[in-house]
Amino acid sequence: MMEFSFEINGGDFSNAGMISSLVKKTLKQLNIDGMIIRRTVVALYEAEVNIVAHAYSGVVNVNIFPDKIKIKLTDKGTGIADIDLAMQQGYSTASPAVREMGFGAGMGLPNIKNNTDELNLESTVGVGTMLEFTNFFEPK
Amino acid sequence: MKISEFKDILSGKVVCGAHLLDHDIELAFASDLMSDVLTITEDNVLLITGLANIQAIRTAEMSNIHCVILVRNKNASCEMVRLAEESDIVIIETPYTLFRTSGLLFNAGLSPIY
Repeated sequence: MMEFSFEINGGDFSNAGMISSLVKKTLKQLNIDGMIIRRTVVALYEAEVNIVAHAYSGVVNVNIFPDKIKIKLTDKGTGIADIDLAMQQGYSTASPAVREMGFGAGMGLPNIKNNTDELNLESTVGVGTMLEFTNFFEPK
Repeated sequence: MKISEFKDILSGKVVCGAHLLDHDIELAFASDLMSDVLTITEDNVLLITGLANIQAIRTAEMSNIHCVILVRNKNASCEMVRLAEESDIVIIETPYTLFRTSGLLFNAGLSPIY
């Protein structure tokens, strides 16, 4: 098993996606199927952008097992008041700065859901959000 | 179609990835919204965008896109060029608008994804 841990700073748009890039390189070296790599890094990249856009700071834990990859992102931030609403395509609370970076159209969480096999999202308003997802290397 | 052909059609300037100009591309997608680009599941797609920031190149990296056209005289920053070089991505700058760029490449035979 491989385990990595990274920190993300809120507002740090220049580095959003760096963890996804490292995970992509690692999964390629492990000869994981290209479509599974793409699904995993698209979900992780959207999740990284979410922390940069909405939180003060965050921690990303990546665990690679022989049959799956499990990624947990925990942030300190404003949290999500209504998770069902946030999961709807088109709903967004993003700032103009986030939109200028090419995001903030309310597609992030739906994109994450579409690209993951298992997804768990928990949030407390004023405290932060925990998003955890798993992708299997072989179809279940 | 080879990337070198797009460059000529668009009166474009290759900013980086000159060694990849012989690469063939069949499909194109035009958007300034990166979450929309991240929904693409096809490989070997050309991205046409007016978004000239690092996230356009990160998005290309995650989506296995190897050529990004920046429209309307937008310039690639040093940070964008560095990441594109690391990820084998060609960046071409064109003076044309998103609409004109898309029209010219469509006429030349590139196909839309959807």
